[in-house]
Amino acid sequence: MATAAGAGPSQSVAESRRRLLGDGLAIASYALPVGLVYGLATREANFSLLDVVVSCVVVLAGGAQFAAAGLVKEGTPWLAIAGVTALVNARHLLYSAALTPYMATRSRRERAVMAHCLTDETFALSLAHFRRIHGFDARGYWIAALVILIPWTLGSAIGYLAAGAVDINKLALDVAFPAAMAGLSLGMVSGRRDVAAALGAVAVAVLVGLVAGGSVGLVAGAVVGPFIGLMVPVKPAESDGSASSAGADALGPEGIVEDAAERAAEEGLP
Amino acid sequence: MSLGLIPLAFLMWLATYPSRALPMLAPGIERLPPPAVAYLRLAGPSALAALAAVNCLLTSDKPPHLLLGVEPIAVAICAVVVWRTRMLLPGVFAAVVLVAVVRSAGLG
Repeated sequence: MATAAGAGPSQSVAESRRRLLGDGLAIASYALPVGLVYGLATREANFSLLDVVVSCVVVLAGGAQFAAAGLVKEGTPWLAIAGVTALVNARHLLYSAALTPYMATRSRRERAVMAHCLTDETFALSLAHFRRIHGFDARGYWIAALVILIPWTLGSAIGYLAAGAVDINKLALDVAFPAAMAGLSLGMVSGRRDVAAALGAVAVAVLVGLVAGGSVGLVAGAVVGPFIGLMVPVKPAESDGSASSAGADALGPEGIVEDAAERAAEEGLP
Repeated sequence: MSLGLIPLAFLMWLATYPSRALPMLAPGIERLPPPAVAYLRLAGPSALAALAAVNCLLTSDKPPHLLLGVEPIAVAICAVVVWRTRMLLPGVFAAVVLVAVVRSAGLG
């Protein structure tokens, strides 16, 4: 049920939902094959099929799930994996903050359930939908959530099952994971600070990793990288990108996450 | 069937859910101080870049060594393709094909 809010012309809920479904199909069409790659990655890390499906439904965060698969394979302690997960998924704070004004009239319990399904794609699709209709639409939110949850889980399960029939090393599927991580990282880059943070993280991860092991290097890079990025001065032209954080008060939380939504739609993972 | 990693999934949920739910459940928290917002924005690319680097530049033996081979080149090519197309799948595909071809030629 949609609730009208705001001024100015708005699309009908039905019209906006049709557009939401069209956009959602495009997202589902890449979530499925990327899920296949994740399924293959989990096979290398000795997950069971149940582990894969539960991970997709319970965690529902592609970047963090890919990271966890790599860390499990490395034998990283679970608390460190949880720490990396929290870091990788910290951006959801911004998404959640942007959706909050639309959900103000909903019950706390409903918001708590909806929060579980908040992914990059769900955020991008639902925020656009709410803006078109100038209000909240619970069914629209669930459509935005399911178009990523279903293909991602399905693709991951198929990828896991198919992995047993192929030689991952011969087909070079082992390189898909670091390639996907690099691509996802690049998809989040929108300014000099992002570049500096990512390159700094790479340098720290490799240097520390050579001394203390890959998993320690990874955590060190992930934690130190943002500080390196923050040392880069902000260019005025970047003030609507990552560098906007320097002027977050002026831009406001919604302005910040609008930019995040545009990038999120391009990442290719939940 | 192993259930060994299911507790890890719930641990990861515990690490993720607060960032998804806190602003929705406690309005006002969305007004994080600018330095915290800035750090959070940079955490995603940093963590994923570090992960890619560790997986393609370091060997898995102990102590690790720098990995010199086609894999880092393939990851770099993936990055270039993603940069140009803004799509992940073609980049991953290009990286996989390159490494598969090199390995099948006995060069990797």
